[in-house]
Amino acid sequence: MGFFLEVLIGGLLAGVLYSLVALGFVLIFKASGVFNFAQGAMVLTAGLALVRALDVFEQWHWPFGLALLSAFVFAAVIMAIIAWMVERLVLRKLVNQEDIILFMATIGITFFLEGLAQTLFGADVYPLNVGLPKDPIFLLESLFDGGILVNELDIWAAVAAGLLVAGLALFFQRTRIGRALRAVADDHAAAQSVGIPLNQIWFIVWLVAGLVALVAGAVWGSKLGVQFSLSLLALKALPVLILGGFTSVPGAIIGGLIIGAGEKLAEVFLGPSMGGGIEIWFAYVVALLFLLFRPQGLFGERIIERV
Amino acid sequence: MGLRRAVLLGAAVVSAGIIAAGAAQAQNEQFIPGLVYRTGAYAPNGIPFADGAADYVAMLNARDGGINGVKLLFEECETGYATDRGVECYERLKGKGPTGAAYFSPLSTGITFALTEKAPGDKIPLLTMGYGRSDSRNGEVFTWNFPLLGTYWTAANVAIQYIAKEQGGFDKLKGKKIALLYHDSPYGKEPIPALEAMSKKYGFEFLPIPVPAPGSEQKSQWLQIRQQRPDYVLLWGWGVMNSAAVTEAGNVNYPRDKMIGVWWSGAEPDVIPAGDKGAGYKALMLQHPAGKAPVYADLEKYVISQGKSLAKPDEIGSVLYNRGLINSMLGTEAIRTAMAKFGNKPMTGEQVRWGFEHLNLTAERIKQLGFEGMIGPLKVTCADHEGARLSRVHQWDGKQWKVISDWFTADDSILDPLVKDVSGKYAAEKKITARDCSKES
Amino acid sequence: MLYREAGQFKASYQADQAIFPVAQDRLVMLALLIVAFLVVPFVTSEYVYRAVLIPTVILSLAAIGLNVLMGYCGQVSLGSGAFMGVGAYAAYNLGVHLPFLNPFVCILLSGFVAAAVGLVFGIPSLRIKGFYLAVATLAAQFFGDWAFLRIKWITNYTPSGSVNAPPLQILGWDLSSPTANYLVSLIFTVVLALGVKNIVRGHIGRQWMAIRDMDIAAEIIGVRPMYAKLTAFAVSSFLIGVAGALWAFVYLGSWEPAAFDINRSFQLMFMVIIGGLGSILGSVLGAIFIIVIPIFLNQALPPLGALVGWRISTATVSHFEAMIFGALIVFFLVVEPHGLARLWSIAKEKLRLWPFPH
Repeated sequence: MGFFLEVLIGGLLAGVLYSLVALGFVLIFKASGVFNFAQGAMVLTAGLALVRALDVFEQWHWPFGLALLSAFVFAAVIMAIIAWMVERLVLRKLVNQEDIILFMATIGITFFLEGLAQTLFGADVYPLNVGLPKDPIFLLESLFDGGILVNELDIWAAVAAGLLVAGLALFFQRTRIGRALRAVADDHAAAQSVGIPLNQIWFIVWLVAGLVALVAGAVWGSKLGVQFSLSLLALKALPVLILGGFTSVPGAIIGGLIIGAGEKLAEVFLGPSMGGGIEIWFAYVVALLFLLFRPQGLFGERIIERV
Repeated sequence: MGLRRAVLLGAAVVSAGIIAAGAAQAQNEQFIPGLVYRTGAYAPNGIPFADGAADYVAMLNARDGGINGVKLLFEECETGYATDRGVECYERLKGKGPTGAAYFSPLSTGITFALTEKAPGDKIPLLTMGYGRSDSRNGEVFTWNFPLLGTYWTAANVAIQYIAKEQGGFDKLKGKKIALLYHDSPYGKEPIPALEAMSKKYGFEFLPIPVPAPGSEQKSQWLQIRQQRPDYVLLWGWGVMNSAAVTEAGNVNYPRDKMIGVWWSGAEPDVIPAGDKGAGYKALMLQHPAGKAPVYADLEKYVISQGKSLAKPDEIGSVLYNRGLINSMLGTEAIRTAMAKFGNKPMTGEQVRWGFEHLNLTAERIKQLGFEGMIGPLKVTCADHEGARLSRVHQWDGKQWKVISDWFTADDSILDPLVKDVSGKYAAEKKITARDCSKES
Repeated sequence: MLYREAGQFKASYQADQAIFPVAQDRLVMLALLIVAFLVVPFVTSEYVYRAVLIPTVILSLAAIGLNVLMGYCGQVSLGSGAFMGVGAYAAYNLGVHLPFLNPFVCILLSGFVAAAVGLVFGIPSLRIKGFYLAVATLAAQFFGDWAFLRIKWITNYTPSGSVNAPPLQILGWDLSSPTANYLVSLIFTVVLALGVKNIVRGHIGRQWMAIRDMDIAAEIIGVRPMYAKLTAFAVSSFLIGVAGALWAFVYLGSWEPAAFDINRSFQLMFMVIIGGLGSILGSVLGAIFIIVIPIFLNQALPPLGALVGWRISTATVSHFEAMIFGALIVFFLVVEPHGLARLWSIAKEKLRLWPFPH
């Protein structure tokens, strides 16, 4: 029983980490209808910028707090430049194209960003320390033999994700820009006709997605070290997106929790009888089964097709 | 129109440049290709090895003018650890140079499997030092493969010997639980037959736990380990899987000193990212430790101080950098051995293969080369392409690797039957008639 | 002046419905085939065979298969790598368990196995559309990755998981030379491409295109969506499976499951999109583009760097390749979203007027 709880909690926390990445997808899809495959590459770029800047500032013997803050600012500026370049060079030229074309363009951006980030910042593994504690905690040692293992870093990541989601929800519901974003997601042409400046909106939304990627990069980088396989996280976030719906921020979190828990439980309890390694496809199969009953995901907007 | 013209002009310039570059080809040079991966999930381990391999060849060129007056032409090709890119690099480089490629060193078991099919047809030997097919040490079937210094079955056996020693004898292994946390690829699966055979013989429970590539996320596997509580965990990972494993071991509080990694899981990039969680982790050594050998004096003088080294300062002297040096050393010594028989000119692949098969590095020669303390004497024969079956264990103390054991020799009474069995199956499947080494010189 | 249809009258329905109704088109196609079959084998080096021609021919077959699914039927699929793997392992198993069968018969039969698997994984498409379907096909891809690694009888219980293809021969005539490999793959591709071209011009193809353009309207006029979508998956998977078996037997020789991972799926999707959705010619052009560009960049970048005195490491070359590749994809999508095939049709249109401006 204790072990089950341990796996469950571990899974839920891992799921929150996935939803951090999925949030970026949701933001961009919600606001521009673009399925941004480059989100993983953005996490990598943001993480690399952060860790290298931090290394440089620490070499200059700046106090940790100042170095960390400046590194975050530096990485945010890099993400802003990327958002601006994407909007200017890609999105503006591909207005009104089909979704699949925009999706392919984001895959092109993925390649470009991966190459650029590694050229500028290096291809090594960089351990990242943003001041988050990484030690394991053992809960309820009296009740269960060995206690329930929970990782402190995961808990802090969950807190960060919660704050992000709350902030984003407020942003979308209560601010003028948030409303404009939702209008653009609904219909580009109509939004433009009521005077919403599309270019600025897209820049803002990619920038916000970039900042979300920065937070995800910081958390995952602390966990795994900042290296190339961070960009593969996008593939782990996709089932979360399907489950939660492409357009829902709370859906990303709930989807993340379900996928994370399901994945780990399946791997630990079902896996050994099937030879192990079933995590990845199990997540997708779960998402697929959900889709068969709710084609738009748990919280996504109902797809209304007009003939 | 202006843009179009500019693009056409640019294309013309580029094509001219390529043709010019391709046309220049020296005659008295030995071409040595290097299949490397400096990008991708396995780059942290691939980079120092590639640097070491390149630097040794550069040193030979700068200090000696090559081998016996023949300059060495070293060219790298990026594979990203992917089999199809490895095959593409192989096809592109195998015919380069006046006599073709001297040997190929893929640094990937997957690419080795693919090239094992092609190399015999192209007559180019494969140097798979410390990796590749374990059964390829049988030179009678695998004429063109040279897994010098050690194979994975040797590693598995030495690991079990070390554990037995720590436990106080082989009889104490009975009833113990030993887990193998392995990279889910041909590389990671290699030791399984040997470990299964040994678990039957010595009575320990063998628990294989796969990690899907690239292995950066291992939480579920380590939760399983936490539940199963094996007495030892053998780590057979590569690239980011290694550092993730050590980190996760720390996260679940599995004692690091009960983890023993294979020699590809025992280098600085594997433990440094884990920070202080890495302290206590043990790994097998491919004979050589970290640190500087006498050859470094020449390396410093001719390559590093001249700014020709590809390596970053903290790489020099690291485990994988040394391994790269040794890899190039073995290859160039094979070329030298071949030249002793065939003359001081660029060698063909066939001649280099002869060189490998007759490679006899005595302690004397190793000292001459400046590798004393790195490796022991190595003798390759027609039947035995491994040359030596020694290993020892070193441990990371948080700052560096310290050798903590004596030499172990792999137990051939267990390994020989396995090698004969599996290589025999390969020969039957591929319709290869095994050579008879007792008849050859 | 060159490309005029003037004077070409069709005297029968059959002539009117030919694939290449314009005589110049037929001539060019014939010339291309002659060059491909008869001229190339005499002038090509082994490296060009192994690195460029054989991969291009085999992957264009796979791209044609994916184009049937994505371009003609409009179902996005990211699982094509796994279907290639199914074809490869099916052919391998047929070769192992029925050793009297010629390897090429195994390759052809493996297409049917892949078609059956494709049918099963195509069932979600009856309910899911668009990107959701793309992500659902990723389930097929990852399941395939796992199955090839884990289900032991697929790899005939080899301990390492890496399997070898049987030697290629027909009636005792050894076909393992690069030229023979190239010709065999070319024969498969040309014959199957011709078959597909005819299928998509027939009533099934029209059903697919109706589903692609507006599936609800198609259903209303009597196109059965289940039949159309599942046949698209089946035909597409057949082609991709045969291509996968060819890739394994002819190009790789010895392979592990990682040869058919998600990168392969993305590579095929790039070929189809850059080549042009809904076009057989586009699949071939896309395959040529995707295979040749990285090789070209690999060869061109170090000399270019040397021109400006900069020694580029292989890692940087790799990164630059990725950057240029990504930029090229975006560039192509901006300049011509309908792909290289559309650029080719525009060229032909201009050629009809040439040398006159209008």
